[in-house]
Amino acid sequence: MSHSAKLVTRYTAPERVNHWFVTITFVMLAFSGLALFHPAFFFLTNLFGGGPWTRILHPFIGVVMFVSFMAFALRMLKYNHITPADKQWLARLPDIVRNHDDNLPEIGKYNIGQKYLFWTLIITIVLLLISGIVIWQPYFAPKFSIDMVRLAVLVHAFAAFVAIASIMVHVSAAIWVKGSVRAMTRGTVTAAWARHHHGQWYKEIAKGSGK
Amino acid sequence: MSMQSLDIQRRSATTTPSPDARQTLEVAKLIDVSKCIGCKACQSACMEWNDLRDEVGSNAGIYDNPRDLSDQSWTVMRFSEVEVQQGKLEWLIRKDGCMHCADPGCLKACPSPGAIVQYSNGIVDFHEENCIGCGYCITGCPFNVPRISQKDNKAYKCTLCSDRVAVGQEPACVKTCPTGAIVFGSKEDMIDHAQERIADLKERGYDNAGLYDPQGVGGTHVMYVLQHADQPELYHGLPKDPHISPMVGLWKGIAKPLMSFGLGLVALAGFFHYIKVGPKEVPEDEETES
Amino acid sequence: MTNHWVDIKNADLILIMGGNAAEAHPCGFKWVTEAKAQRKARLVVVDPRFTRSASVADYYAPIRAGSDIAFLGGVINYLLTHDKIQHEYVKAYTDATFVVREDYTFENGMFSGYNEAKRSYDKATWMYELDKDGYAISDPALQNPRCVFNLMKRHYARYTPEVVSNITGTPRDQFLKVCETIATCSAPNKVMTIMYALGWTQHSVGSQIIRTGAMLQLLLGNIGMAGGGMNALRGHSNIQGLTDLGLLSNLLPGYMTLPGEKETDFQTYLDKRALKPLRPGQMSYWQNYPKFHVSLMKAWFGDAATRENNFCFDWLPKLDKVHDVLQVFEDMNQGKMNGYFCQGFNPLASFPNKAKVGGALAKLKYLVIIDPLVTETSTFWENHGEFNDVDPAKIQTEVFRLPSTCFAEEDGSLVNSGRWLQWHYKGAEPPGEARGDNEIMAGLFTKLKELYKKEGGAFPDPILNLTWGYKIPHAPAAEELAREFNGKALADLTDAKDPAKVLVKAGEQLASFAQLRDDGSTACGCWIFSGSWTDKGNQMARRDSSDPSGLGNTLNWAWAWPVNRRVLYNRASLDPAGKPWDPQRKLIGWDGAKWGGTDVPDFKPDVPPGDPMNPFIMNPEGVARLFAIDKMAEGPFPEHYEPFETPIDTNPMHPGVISNPAARVFKGDMEAFGKAKEFPYVATTYRLTEHFHYWTKHARINAVLQPEQFIEIGEELAQAKGIKAGDKVKVRSNRGYIKAVAVVTKRIRALEVAGKKVHTVGVPIHWGFQGLAKNGFLTNTLTPVVGDANTQTPEFKAFLVDIEKV
Repeated sequence: MSHSAKLVTRYTAPERVNHWFVTITFVMLAFSGLALFHPAFFFLTNLFGGGPWTRILHPFIGVVMFVSFMAFALRMLKYNHITPADKQWLARLPDIVRNHDDNLPEIGKYNIGQKYLFWTLIITIVLLLISGIVIWQPYFAPKFSIDMVRLAVLVHAFAAFVAIASIMVHVSAAIWVKGSVRAMTRGTVTAAWARHHHGQWYKEIAKGSGK
Repeated sequence: MSMQSLDIQRRSATTTPSPDARQTLEVAKLIDVSKCIGCKACQSACMEWNDLRDEVGSNAGIYDNPRDLSDQSWTVMRFSEVEVQQGKLEWLIRKDGCMHCADPGCLKACPSPGAIVQYSNGIVDFHEENCIGCGYCITGCPFNVPRISQKDNKAYKCTLCSDRVAVGQEPACVKTCPTGAIVFGSKEDMIDHAQERIADLKERGYDNAGLYDPQGVGGTHVMYVLQHADQPELYHGLPKDPHISPMVGLWKGIAKPLMSFGLGLVALAGFFHYIKVGPKEVPEDEETES
Repeated sequence: MTNHWVDIKNADLILIMGGNAAEAHPCGFKWVTEAKAQRKARLVVVDPRFTRSASVADYYAPIRAGSDIAFLGGVINYLLTHDKIQHEYVKAYTDATFVVREDYTFENGMFSGYNEAKRSYDKATWMYELDKDGYAISDPALQNPRCVFNLMKRHYARYTPEVVSNITGTPRDQFLKVCETIATCSAPNKVMTIMYALGWTQHSVGSQIIRTGAMLQLLLGNIGMAGGGMNALRGHSNIQGLTDLGLLSNLLPGYMTLPGEKETDFQTYLDKRALKPLRPGQMSYWQNYPKFHVSLMKAWFGDAATRENNFCFDWLPKLDKVHDVLQVFEDMNQGKMNGYFCQGFNPLASFPNKAKVGGALAKLKYLVIIDPLVTETSTFWENHGEFNDVDPAKIQTEVFRLPSTCFAEEDGSLVNSGRWLQWHYKGAEPPGEARGDNEIMAGLFTKLKELYKKEGGAFPDPILNLTWGYKIPHAPAAEELAREFNGKALADLTDAKDPAKVLVKAGEQLASFAQLRDDGSTACGCWIFSGSWTDKGNQMARRDSSDPSGLGNTLNWAWAWPVNRRVLYNRASLDPAGKPWDPQRKLIGWDGAKWGGTDVPDFKPDVPPGDPMNPFIMNPEGVARLFAIDKMAEGPFPEHYEPFETPIDTNPMHPGVISNPAARVFKGDMEAFGKAKEFPYVATTYRLTEHFHYWTKHARINAVLQPEQFIEIGEELAQAKGIKAGDKVKVRSNRGYIKAVAVVTKRIRALEVAGKKVHTVGVPIHWGFQGLAKNGFLTNTLTPVVGDANTQTPEFKAFLVDIEKV
């Protein structure tokens, strides 16, 4: 990569701040949630000042995460409609994971994997919020029937599992696809990166910027 | 309340076995509803021994007071007026509280290591110093017993006076019961005693008298002699076939290890994928093209 | 109790009626569960409410409050018509064979000798026919139509199941089922016990209800038997001790009586009480009255009591009439009293018609309260809104409050229902300035004595000469008082047969009342307690629970009066030849020379079986009385009279005589009775197991267990009145109202009485305007002022109210 490589903006500063805010809260939630999910992770409660503090903080962090996530999701909503090109792209997935990227169909700002992540997170985080409120001690849980709470803990656990697993894939992909982290840390990607991974998007921004 | 010197046989949120070299006698409390006069001496003794004082409440048009279990009331009498036989009124009075299940749902649901323990004698006890106040025990309990304190957000329930039992005494409620409706001893003896009581009740015309020791939770260490064992619901909704909710069973059963394992797998898959195929980089030619 | 708590376990059938043992006596009730569990005993409960006792009963029958005599009279009729009585027992041990005077009559609800102006009877005709020697005439063949048995049969023949059901509201089949069950106990080896309490006593015919129960037990041969008897469940831990020690206004200790105002002659006073036998060969134990009386006076006045001054007989007050608590408050209300000492007592809460009691207290110049708690009486002058709506500015009564100790803060003995004197030790120091009652009374006494000494006064002698030999004059110890009750020899007591032999040396404690003398050589504060603190020490403190017979007569546990006897009349548990009616339950036996056994024989120790002497040694006739002769105010046979507030405005037995004609009613109180037209529902007051009277509302735990005042009504009445469980309701009588939460229950049901549907309103007591429980109304705001004609116990168990939702 030459130092004179042309850069395009992928994320604005507010977007990046928003993303990392979600990231931090999500990680805290994952750690505190896992701590209360399986004894193997209970040691993580130490990060939050012990078991009771973990129980106290988790739902509040959850609400903060929900709000910031939704703000972020709103910003990204328009890029996440699934298109026919996405489906062709998806058919090439076995090649893609093996880094055989020749002749891939040109796609928009996000590939279908990212879009799936987007919608998965929307669904799971809404579920987590609703089920989380139902099991929130001591404020809300006593107002629901015990069976309702039982259902809620189950939903919460499954939703969290899916969300965490998805985010792990997200993180792996970010590390795997070089240049991605830069997008979220510095806000820019190289034009080549944009053309390679998100050709259609590149064309759109190129057009938009008068090139 | 962790004042015991009893051997622990099971511990919440703990995946390895507890010390179980020593085996103590399995105990049980037997509550003979047919002998109970609802005097609430057991409630009083419970408050006295455990230093609990509930609020002075109000009357809601029933005899039950305090109206429900709470962090301050670990046992309450439940009064039910029923007519099982047409024209024959019965006032069934059941002492409600922790059943000390052999397979305790509370312990299964609890995420905090050692907040709930089961002693080798069968008593299920809460160690509030380890309680984080999440309320999962409530979801685990098929009898709706644990209560979270408004004051300290810890869960409380009957300890079966584990502190007394540990030093060879009977629980306070047993000690105080004036009619002998509550007795305490080895589970085996209690079952034998119950059989005598059931024979007596059958002779008095209660054909369906029986022992309530529900197997759905592995049996309990608090058992009832019921005049109508075929209809435990008559006794203020005592569940007929209690078991840990399947939702809790799924959540704390297979889901817990499986999902933890699943997350590990995802992490490993990501890592080894990277190791195998390496980073995805934009080809150099494309880079220079721009 | 003729028997005792533990003995209940020996019963085959337990009848709880006029009481709710499970509710008010949960600890004693354990013996009911024992009898059920170990002996397969059956429990029958007859009550206006399906009570906590009924919840564990084998059979329950409802009854309208205040109609118990009709019910029991019906049972007597059933037993007689079905020939279900213990014949041999009835013939030998009751007055069934005795012939009654010819001029005794019973017509239209009235016995012979009624004086309408005085509302009382001349009881001369209520007597056996006597022969020339003064002995009652007996007809063992029961042929004489005027023998007690035939009179009784005729009297109760009117109480047919239909009549009973019509009066009591008990469905006929349920009544008959109870009769059948009771009748099984006419077999000599089947025993019923009756447990009753204030549900029988608190009626204008309370004593007669109890008598009817006793007659029933005599007909079944159950008096004197283990597992039998008439068992009054006393409501305070030491209320038995209160009556034993003669704290009622007309009594002296040990059930001796004060002289009346016409009894100014000592010998006449004694003769009237030292009754000669009414049948040949009978013991008539009250012949010893002079010994008990003289010893009491020696205990009180010591050397001042001499033969010459009739042992201070003239110092005793002579009664013009009974000055029971109702009379006292009537006098107070009329402004005839200046001061009132109220010790361990809460009359504003405990006496009928709170408005009258409060009004009476307001007329006093001073009121002294001796109590561990802040009682309503002590604050009767405070305004507590609706609960006590008075104007303190208008009440001039000066109230002195002397805080006293509670039972756990002092040594002493408590007498339980089974007549056991059990010693207890102080468990804690009293708080603050509280002092023991002994100390408070002694302090007042020493001060008074000082004043009398200084100033003379109108009649100082009894005060100045009262024996007061306590180590600390202002604080007598419980031990000193107990020793005084037991009694001691004042001179060497010698054997009557061998004057050289000294039985008890001067100054020694007596072994029993058999050693008492009427010559002034013994002193005894309460003859029936003699034996409780002997030379062997404090017998009441004994705690050996060994029970060799298995019948529960633990003779080395505490001490029971009289002479440590556990089952009264136990000679009647054997036939005249000395053979036990039930060998399984043998209490005593003749060993060839004397009586002995696992209980203390209630008989002259050396009188062998076959002797004409009969087991009821306290009666001059030696047998038990089915015919009460002159002992009851309203007649020798119990008769059904309606409560003074009756829901049916008539008495189906005899419409001309509705309520007890011999009951005393004060002017003003008669006008305060309500009529069924305005107050259609029967109210009955009672206790709850969670509380003790007006005390435990001051205790947090009890307040938690039953926090708020409530009343109970049946579902039918609730529906008619639009009342739901938990609603606040107003219950009104002609004397006032209370407001409480409604408990709507299946346990109280409407009864068909005399063609009317009668509903019951249950009114638990226990709440007031002091304490930790939610404040409430004193229930005696509602109750009428009329007492039992014999004991003046107020009619708290049956009166009329109306109810509405507020």
